[in-house]
Amino acid sequence: MPVITIDGVKIEAQPGKTIIEACLENGITIPHFCWHPSLSVAGNCRMCLVNVGSQKKSPEGTLEVDGEGNPVIMWMPKLQIACATPISDGMFVSTKDDKTLTAQNSVMEFILINHPLDCPICDEAGQCKLQEYAYKFSKGESRFDDIKNHKDKRVAWGPQVMFDGERCISCSRCIRFATEIANQPVLSFVQRGDHVTIETFEGTQFDSPYSMNVIDICPVGALTSIDFRFKARVWDMSFNDSVCPGCSRGCNIKVGVRDNEILRLEPRANPIVNKYWMCDAGRTTQYKWVNANRVSGSYIRSDKGLVLADADTAYTAIAKAIKQYKSDEVMIVVGGMLSNEDVYTVKKLASEVIHTNRLVVVERTDTGFADSFLRTADRNANSHGIASLGITSIKPNEIADYISKNHIKALLVLGDEIIRGDEAILSAVKSLSFFALATFNECQSTEIANVIIGSATYAESEGTYTNITDRVQHFTPAIVTKENMRIMGMKMSRLDKFGAQNDRWTQGDKRDCKQHWRIAQGIAEALGTNFGYKNSESVFDDIVKHVTGYNHMSYDALDSHLGLTLNHAQHPESLGVIYESHTLKPN
Amino acid sequence: MNVTTNTAAQRLTFWEKLYLPEIVKGLVSTLKTMAKPSMTRRYPEERWEPLGSYRGRPVLVQEESGERCVACGLCSRVCPALAIEVRAAETMERDKERYPDLFEINMLRCIYCGFCEEVCPEEAIVMSKDYDIVFHSQEAAIFGKDQLLTPVARLQERLEFLRQYK
Ligand code: SF4
Ligand code: SF4
Ligand code: SF4
Ligand code: SF4
Ligand code: FES
Repeated sequence: MPVITIDGVKIEAQPGKTIIEACLENGITIPHFCWHPSLSVAGNCRMCLVNVGSQKKSPEGTLEVDGEGNPVIMWMPKLQIACATPISDGMFVSTKDDKTLTAQNSVMEFILINHPLDCPICDEAGQCKLQEYAYKFSKGESRFDDIKNHKDKRVAWGPQVMFDGERCISCSRCIRFATEIANQPVLSFVQRGDHVTIETFEGTQFDSPYSMNVIDICPVGALTSIDFRFKARVWDMSFNDSVCPGCSRGCNIKVGVRDNEILRLEPRANPIVNKYWMCDAGRTTQYKWVNANRVSGSYIRSDKGLVLADADTAYTAIAKAIKQYKSDEVMIVVGGMLSNEDVYTVKKLASEVIHTNRLVVVERTDTGFADSFLRTADRNANSHGIASLGITSIKPNEIADYISKNHIKALLVLGDEIIRGDEAILSAVKSLSFFALATFNECQSTEIANVIIGSATYAESEGTYTNITDRVQHFTPAIVTKENMRIMGMKMSRLDKFGAQNDRWTQGDKRDCKQHWRIAQGIAEALGTNFGYKNSESVFDDIVKHVTGYNHMSYDALDSHLGLTLNHAQHPESLGVIYESHTLKPN
Repeated sequence: MNVTTNTAAQRLTFWEKLYLPEIVKGLVSTLKTMAKPSMTRRYPEERWEPLGSYRGRPVLVQEESGERCVACGLCSRVCPALAIEVRAAETMERDKERYPDLFEINMLRCIYCGFCEEVCPEEAIVMSKDYDIVFHSQEAAIFGKDQLLTPVARLQERLEFLRQYK
């Protein structure tokens, strides 16, 4: 393998790699704007200029060294761009000499000539590559005292993406993304020189189902999300690692929270599942239902309507009702968004305590959602996990039949809305003698259920999902509930962390909703069996012990390998280098 | 342990021990001071007008076209006491596309340090001359935009001071 020397350090790299790639694999980041590991090389920002040379050869062909034994290096007369220069054996690269530093400063000065002073109103501020580099690689002086160029500041490229011409540094990452990854080549540079800007071709708009990823890869704030614009400054939000519950792909995401409300979702790099991307549908829909229309607390229906009760009373009410029926008259439905931990505990409740095998999950298939990139037709985020725990699935149109054919008297639904406007299911559910529900949102079921318990969404729980390729992925809570308040501590956003009782900004809803495994454990306890789980991790450890496929897994292992595949936990896939273009840098 | 030697009482001179001459001395001092010009004022009827350098409660500068603030949240970030909450919104009407939909300062938290004024890129929040800040409840101590917005004409002296010394 070729060996190259970077700033005096020898590194080995695959032949054919560019300097910037070889460096990245060895933990050295060369400043760059336009290069991105998932896109083609454009080489137009010139930020990655480095000094490249080779050792001088004597006429006899031996490598020359100076008096002290150091190699004599012949530098190329001009600097080279590290993103487009392939490595060759014996190459010398210098990134810290005066010539390179001057070039970096000049490129920064050049880019900043027409860059507006928008940081205070720019959504990118705080995680902007240009801000970061201005701080690191620029002397901070401009010799330009003319009036800056003005361009259009609010052009909607499509339903989700807003373009600000003045902030654009013409790196072309967005154009390459649209062409190469989104397969929608509608963006192009127009005009020349300092008038250059980006437009969509006439009669087209950039409305690909993955369009919002350009917002993340844009090194500056030229592209903003129409859905998010101005909702919060990045430093006011907390970002916790999670997994999108929108479909069975399970894209890795970060959940941005302020005032205990999710303001945006953004992709988290995982080379095996979603690379650097996620779909717009996930981004724009999978937080709204977490923020609004939630059920908080437990309720028991009596003659006076719904009465607020504490959780234990609700568990006892469910236990009392269930005891009145034969075990196979009790049916349990788990939602496709429940974690493995939730489903495992519910299964334990069904098989060991209630002794019913009428435990099902309802399939949610949406062929219109699927595509050949990330989105899958199976909208149950954890369908493979639920199947791996041995739970049968039924189709939505089989629910009503299932209830009548099996003479079901009592129904317990956790984390799903089974009615969804379907008359047949509605009348089947109404014919039951007892209907208990653990649910996230107000829905048709909450209007008729006898006992309702507010339950925790993916954003409030810790657990694992097993995705469509059987990859088990760990997610952590992002918003605070009464249940997880103590462990959330420093994971909250700055404002939430330091607020006091009388501050208006800390009044964001801290809901009383419990993870489903805790609800199942509560019901089991009311029926006289104590599972003894303390936290999600203890449930997962139990899964690892008892369910084949999960052996050798643990939360720590899942975190460090960004997920593990069922049955292959001992042979994790290699992740390669995980590139972070630009993220919020604290302090 | 009680000290019984060289006490204050033992150190008094003969004349001091007589007591009356000391009273007279005191009265003379009082009479002298009565004749001097007074150092106090009848607040609140007579109010003191501070100079431009004074750091009274922070206020938002209002121009004819609206507030200067662009809701960047830097004041909120820098405030050591976490007194400020800003929430931004977008407007199509003005040429500044961003404005504070909500701007609140909790005056129970504010320590009048003036950091918010110093960090503001728009010179939109400045320290006023207001010093008599009273309220009867914790809720009333949270000042909203209605109490914070102050016409720029009334802040001229402070803005002038900032231009010279900031
Ligand atoms: S909009 Fe952003 S990503 Fe696109 S060319 Fe401009 S700076 Fe680059
Ligand atoms: S592809 Fe699926 S998992 Fe990924 S972001 Fe979209 S909905 Fe979420
Ligand atoms: S004066 Fe200081 S404490 Fe008061 S609001 Fe401004 S920054 Fe906060
Ligand atoms: S720093 Fe100035 S412009 Fe920014 S939010 Fe505060 S008052 Fe408004
Ligand atoms: S990163 Fe090499 S030219 Fe832009």
